[in-house]
Amino acid sequence: MSRQSVAKAHQKIQELSWEPAYHEPVSHYGTDYTFRKAKKKDPLKQVLRSYFPMQEEKDHRVYGAEDGAIRGNMFRQVQERWLEWQKLFLSIIPLPEISAARAMPLLFRTVPNPELHNGQAIQMIDEVRHSTIQQNLKRLYMQNYIDPAGFNSSLRNFQNDYCGTIGRQFAEGFITGDAITAASIYLTIVAETAFTNTLFVAMPAEAAANGDYLLPTVFHSVQSDESRHISNGYATLLMALSDESNHQLLARDLRYAWWNNHRVVDAAIGTFIEYGTKDRRKDRESYAEMWRRWIYDDYYRSYLVPLEKYGLEIPHDLIEESWNQIWHKGYVHEVAQFFATGWLANYWRIDPMTDEDFEWFEHKYPGWYNKYGKWWENYNRLSVPNGHNPIALEDVDYVYPHRCWTCMVPCLVREDMVVDKVDGQWRTYCHEACRWTDAEAFRPTYQGRSTPNMGQLIGSREWETLYHGWNWADIVSDMGFVRDDGKTLVAQPHLDLDPKKMWTLDHLRRCPPLQSPNVVLNEMTDEERAAFQADYNRQGPAGRPAGSVS
Amino acid sequence: MTTTQERSVPKPVFTDAEAGAREFPDSNARKFNYFVSAKRKQSHYEDVTVEVQPDPRHYLAQGWLYGFSDGKGGYPLEWTVLKAWGTDRPEPVRGPGSGGQGYEWPAHGWHEFRDPNEEWELTLYRYNANVVRQLNQNIEAAKRAKAFEQWSSNWVQFVAQHIGAWMHVNHGLGLYLFANANRRAPTNMHNNAISVNSMHKIRSAQDLALYNLTLSEEIDGFDGTAHVEAWNSDPVWQGVREVAEQLTGIDDWCEAIFAANIVFEPLIGELFRSNLVQQAAPGNGDFVTPTLIGAEEYDYAERDLRYTKPMFQLLIDDREFAEHNRRHLEQWLAAWVPRCLNAARTLQPLWSLPDAKPPRFEDALDRSKNRFSGILSDMDLRVPKELDQ
Repeated sequence: MSRQSVAKAHQKIQELSWEPAYHEPVSHYGTDYTFRKAKKKDPLKQVLRSYFPMQEEKDHRVYGAEDGAIRGNMFRQVQERWLEWQKLFLSIIPLPEISAARAMPLLFRTVPNPELHNGQAIQMIDEVRHSTIQQNLKRLYMQNYIDPAGFNSSLRNFQNDYCGTIGRQFAEGFITGDAITAASIYLTIVAETAFTNTLFVAMPAEAAANGDYLLPTVFHSVQSDESRHISNGYATLLMALSDESNHQLLARDLRYAWWNNHRVVDAAIGTFIEYGTKDRRKDRESYAEMWRRWIYDDYYRSYLVPLEKYGLEIPHDLIEESWNQIWHKGYVHEVAQFFATGWLANYWRIDPMTDEDFEWFEHKYPGWYNKYGKWWENYNRLSVPNGHNPIALEDVDYVYPHRCWTCMVPCLVREDMVVDKVDGQWRTYCHEACRWTDAEAFRPTYQGRSTPNMGQLIGSREWETLYHGWNWADIVSDMGFVRDDGKTLVAQPHLDLDPKKMWTLDHLRRCPPLQSPNVVLNEMTDEERAAFQADYNRQGPAGRPAGSVS
Repeated sequence: MTTTQERSVPKPVFTDAEAGAREFPDSNARKFNYFVSAKRKQSHYEDVTVEVQPDPRHYLAQGWLYGFSDGKGGYPLEWTVLKAWGTDRPEPVRGPGSGGQGYEWPAHGWHEFRDPNEEWELTLYRYNANVVRQLNQNIEAAKRAKAFEQWSSNWVQFVAQHIGAWMHVNHGLGLYLFANANRRAPTNMHNNAISVNSMHKIRSAQDLALYNLTLSEEIDGFDGTAHVEAWNSDPVWQGVREVAEQLTGIDDWCEAIFAANIVFEPLIGELFRSNLVQQAAPGNGDFVTPTLIGAEEYDYAERDLRYTKPMFQLLIDDREFAEHNRRHLEQWLAAWVPRCLNAARTLQPLWSLPDAKPPRFEDALDRSKNRFSGILSDMDLRVPKELDQ
């Protein structure tokens, strides 16, 4: 259709909506926001007559590329270091996608603008596309990559592994609680508008550099739908801003959504891009550089800041602090180190870093070696079983961290860790912003204002609690992260597939039992807890005393 | 002499990381191993659909992480009164040292549902793209053939007002019943099938709206806004409108899908489409409108009804709650059949409007009732006495 006819067609379909005359549609979801009916335009003017053929054409390209990759033996050139991290990423991402589909109805009754509902319905089916096209990519990896372990058990693993759980909140944040907080601010305004840049653009570029051109094929196709979703969010945000009584809630939700997305997405994607790559060209962008460009400049400065004049209170302090965490406080490096420390509880293999990697890190992040180099050398030394325990249970000058109750990433920037008694339980938080999220934002009253529709943080949020006192072999068996010989672990701290060099349940059987940091914390006296916190806050990288080198 | 600076690009490396390059534990384990397929072989549809939406009753060790203000997270089973086996078992309780094991997969009967259409993104775009492409071609061909010139003014008015009014039904149900329900069901298989159903409805609403736009451009005197007036105030449509609105007001997602696809569609949807429009149009010189209405009819009869029947059949045959479910379904039939029949009867004047008359309304309604009875018979549900009114 020509542009003119698209505009006419879009105008025509506005005649479809009607005001109820006899019965109101069911109202399943609540919000504390108020919206006045407003003629806010659907900015993308999408009609299904052109939408379906467009998506079909995009599919042709994706599936053609997938066929080509198999025929062209792409997997002979794929870096295992990279593909292994996809076992984690592709176990997580189909759920956030489908959750975004499920989130759209939260907006139907709460945002009184039928024109936007049309865009939301298209977003719904886009998200079904994303979820299943990503599952299909994972299936292709499972069938064609050298090591299918971890892909083949993907959706069970994701549901019971602590890394999967960190990612899962990204999905659940879309579909529960206050409808606007979840489906608009958290999902479209922050997750999609800001963080899909690193998820679906920066990361696929790194995949291509590691010989995998299917991830870019699929995820760039996905990202091409995101502009519509971003527009959906923007239109809703402008409607919310037009009512001053929403400004307090917008400020709250932007703080929560920003910080939680930073904690979760930067942890995962930062690790994949920095520690999952073999491309160590000095002029390739680091995650920090990408973040500065995609998120700080493109999102924060170009998208958010101009909204300030309409009354949007922007969490400048948290945005600057996120950059501070990535650039000065080593957030991504700490997370990668923790994931590698906890390799035995995972379902993918983590390649040790080499001298070439060290050189690149030192070039991109001056001072990196002094903070993390020695530990990675120990990781390499301890990677093949040889009478020792996994690195988490050996003395390598690493303090196992407490877990953040809110974002569930461990409290890795030790100086920022906060302890608070919330709902009768002592909890640790990685940062004051996460404490605020649990103790103040997700509550039925906020700054004296009744917020009866706000959601709750629920669930067994510390993974270690479930396995407190368990032997590691039993933990891994319970989670099902064992290969088909009944003893070899899915996870390995190296890439060598020689069975003689792979860790088994027998190696774990001799390890000491796991202790839950949170259970232990709640058994402390007030004095012990205060001393614990003071000591923790004094720790530097990897939990070593601040200022010491690795 | 010029020198060319080497570009900085990643270098291809031979890694030999393809399947079969080595033998080791799991090297041949190339199937998803976390679910049991419905048939002997796992289908592509199952691979991309099953387990994407987690469940604390089997694998979700730490439970749901975010809840509504009442503390409920995820997809509560009590969002419908219907039950599948295992529904009443409590969620596993977690605490220090509890481990993460849930009930053996699938833990409850909801996970046994598979969409017989096997809808996922590849299928839904292929199907709907084919439909809109074919409809566009049909309309283009009709324009070139000057087909609309054959229409009598009476039929032009009928199409403008009454076939136009039908778009509102599809739009309302597509958005506020089906799309709304895609947040409600406990498995990904249910919710994906429901979301595809939603797109059929919204697409067919837009098909009719854009067809209406074309007719406004092609036929002198075609009133492109008459459908709005008919929907808003023509008494012929108020019964259908009332029941459509009532359908969007249903709280229970199973009741919503059941009332729409098992009761409303055969008694009103097919009555209007197959037993009025498709019968009247050819006699009035219209070979184009039936292609649009036929596409919508195929959506329902061959796709939407096709998933709805096994979805409820599992519950009707459930090993633990068959009687419970049957009781509720029969209550829903008793409630929705009279509402839909009343609405169907308000449409009766439409049968006398075209110059070339379709078969009698009562015969058409009988055919719809027979079709409805047949669907219930297929599902082993009793035909409600209310059908005889």
